Amino acid sequence: MTDKTVQANPSEKKDNKFDLRQVFEGSYNTLLPLLAIFTGLVIGAIVIAGTDVTVIAAWKNFFQAPGAAFAATWTSIATAYGALFGGSLGNPRDIVAGIQVYFSTGDSAALLKAIYPLSESLTTATPYIFAGLAVAVGFRCGLFNIGAEGQFFMGALGSVFVGYSLQGLPAFIHLPLALLGGIAAGAIWGAIPGYLKARFGAHEVVNTIMMNWIGFRLSDWLLNGPMKSPGFRPVTRNIAESAQLPHFFADPLRVNWGFILALLVAWLIYWLLFKTTIGFEIRTVGANPDAAKYAGVNIVRNFVLAMVISGGLAGLSGASQVLGVDHWVGQGFSAGYGFDAIAIALLGKSHPFGVVLAALLFGVLRGGATRMQSLAGIPVDIISIIQGLVIVFVAAPDIIRWLYRIRPAEKHALQSRG
Amino acid sequence: MMKTKKNPEIDMRTRIIWGVLLIVVGLIVIFLFAMDTQPGQMTKFGLNLSQTNAILIPDLIMPTQATTYLLALVLVAFGAFQLARGVKSTSTLVAVLAFSFVMAFLVWAARDKSFSLVGMLGSSFVRATPIALAALCGVISERAGVTNIGIEGTMLFAAQVSVIVGTLTKNLWIALFAALLTGAVVASLHAFLVIKFKVDQIISGTAVNILGAGVTSFVSSRFLEKNIDALNNSGTFPSISIPILSKIPVLGPVLFENTPIVFLTILLVAVLHVVLFYTPWGLRTRAVGEHPKAADTLGVNVYLMRYINVILGGMFAGLGGAYFTIGSVGRFDEVMTAGKGFIGLAAMIFGKWTPIGAYTSSLIFGFADSLQVKLQILQVGIPPEFLLMAPYIVTMIVLTGVVGKAVAPAADGQPYEK
Repeated sequence: MTDKTVQANPSEKKDNKFDLRQVFEGSYNTLLPLLAIFTGLVIGAIVIAGTDVTVIAAWKNFFQAPGAAFAATWTSIATAYGALFGGSLGNPRDIVAGIQVYFSTGDSAALLKAIYPLSESLTTATPYIFAGLAVAVGFRCGLFNIGAEGQFFMGALGSVFVGYSLQGLPAFIHLPLALLGGIAAGAIWGAIPGYLKARFGAHEVVNTIMMNWIGFRLSDWLLNGPMKSPGFRPVTRNIAESAQLPHFFADPLRVNWGFILALLVAWLIYWLLFKTTIGFEIRTVGANPDAAKYAGVNIVRNFVLAMVISGGLAGLSGASQVLGVDHWVGQGFSAGYGFDAIAIALLGKSHPFGVVLAALLFGVLRGGATRMQSLAGIPVDIISIIQGLVIVFVAAPDIIRWLYRIRPAEKHALQSRG
Repeated sequence: MMKTKKNPEIDMRTRIIWGVLLIVVGLIVIFLFAMDTQPGQMTKFGLNLSQTNAILIPDLIMPTQATTYLLALVLVAFGAFQLARGVKSTSTLVAVLAFSFVMAFLVWAARDKSFSLVGMLGSSFVRATPIALAALCGVISERAGVTNIGIEGTMLFAAQVSVIVGTLTKNLWIALFAALLTGAVVASLHAFLVIKFKVDQIISGTAVNILGAGVTSFVSSRFLEKNIDALNNSGTFPSISIPILSKIPVLGPVLFENTPIVFLTILLVAVLHVVLFYTPWGLRTRAVGEHPKAADTLGVNVYLMRYINVILGGMFAGLGGAYFTIGSVGRFDEVMTAGKGFIGLAAMIFGKWTPIGAYTSSLIFGFADSLQVKLQILQVGIPPEFLLMAPYIVTMIVLTGVVGKAVAPAADGQPYEK
């Protein structure tokens, strides 16, 4: 990939007017995340092929059969990524065929079967959108909310409690109450580190980590004690039907109104951050707390407020998963949504719309990973590897610039707090 | 952020807080424990292990009621003294508070029963080891001004590499060396990202954590699970008993009969303490973490110091990772570090960024950990989860600076621009 001649003659680079790199420069801000994802996927492919026993065997015979080595590598990667994207986006041909059948006969079975993978991806993306927004709001205020995982858990517990303890309410009252239960629990979990930061200057990173573990232990206790359903397993009871987020289609398609809610909330956060005084103050504190202070912005209030919003969104993330998909909570319920959310917020440049796109991407990756594991035998953890790499590349744009020989842009957006 | 002030008013406030705290805890001991006992009840503390080469001594038997009242009295008296006169040393206060409360609790919990005190102290000591190593990693990195929250991921990497190398070479010392090397490599990645590319240190640490969990789980399910005997069965270090010293009753089995990693940890604490506070090297390290510009002006190579310290810290974390596999169970399980790296961060803060303090706090955290196991056996009515929460809550309280102060190195977490 490295091109020594370019490195050797930097002066030549300037004169070349038709350089592809200069075309990229204009759209630098959108290009960088895309290249980060691309590089992550490429390295993921190398990992997949490099750990494949048949590929290794083929490369050992490279000098006898060089073609076979490349073929085996290609097969390995194509099978894995084919299963990944087939499992998350579906097969376009099946979808088209399904639509044709539906319009000609009115039978939707084939279409529903074809869009099942898509439905799973959107289902997975839903909590990611909320959680990514949570971390993004924190970033905008200069706060690093590592506690989204704990807030997610508390939100799930809050909503499941409202969901199963109240019975016989109409859905239009019960469902909002259950969502509010999740928001409130997450917001409390976020407010504590926010207050400690604002009042005592205690570092929010450490405190949110501590709150995570307090939350995990608390949920262990709740699930084994007060909230445990009758029986042996440490799980809660199922929530009442009136508290469930309705699904769009019949089972097994699980995509639900939570997704629409997530898009609405993303727009709401956009409006809040960029169109209101509250959002302006939050962003001012994030950009420069000292300047904000001298401009008369109440730092303490904004730190707490940002963490309450952030925690509430993470709580809503947990609530959406419980009310829309699982309908109960068990031990080890969260699959690391709160940590994935950090990657999503970074990739989305802490902008609500960027977060939605990044969440959709991770929904696709996570949604297809299970199928990749069963079809190609690639452990789902490859997604975490890709995710970690994407974080590195987004946070260190110099690496991407160096890899693809992009000249630094004049100025680029703040990716995170300074 | 927070500076230690010699303000008499603040001192007065801390004194009152401590005094009230001690009295309140004393009252809690009376109401919860002492009043729950009957006269004539006895508590028996076992002071010998079943298999030991220490000299046998009689068990400690004491009257439950009298002892608990006595301990409560000590607490209240100390609190009253604190209100009237005041003790300067916070550590004395912490020691009195913790010792009296925990003893009263144990005496009450083990009433009419026998309880192996030595067994529990021994297991706290062992459980404290990975926490202490993580904390030492944090101490040395943060003293040089680099926050490392990727300790958890580093430990996972090292744990896995050490077990694989150990199984392949059948030599645990080579495995230990491999663990150190892995720790160094992972830490140098972190150092490279944050020092060279000036990536936000928290983001880089998060990426290391995500990659650590992702890569090790990937390798585990792709290779280790299928070839347990060939790759994931290294055996463990045998316990070494130091001649003569291990024959001392109580202390012998607790301190002087352990695996090499436990001994190495104690050695490291001592060495690090001397190096950090009594050598030019340590002075430079601390200077780089407190005021890099000043250090640079005096000719200290800030970047080099940071690189070396972070990498050294990575080696400590690597040793901590090795503890999990070749130090205790001899095989790798997915995410087996279970948050010990984060608890290590808490221990570091609790120990005020000093090696000895960090080790002492690790012992307290290890004690809480082994106490909750014992509690389950003793079947006390208190949920063990709450005990496990205590270290995190205490860390958060310490961070507020209300009781005792924890001040991070001034340039901790900030990149240095020349």
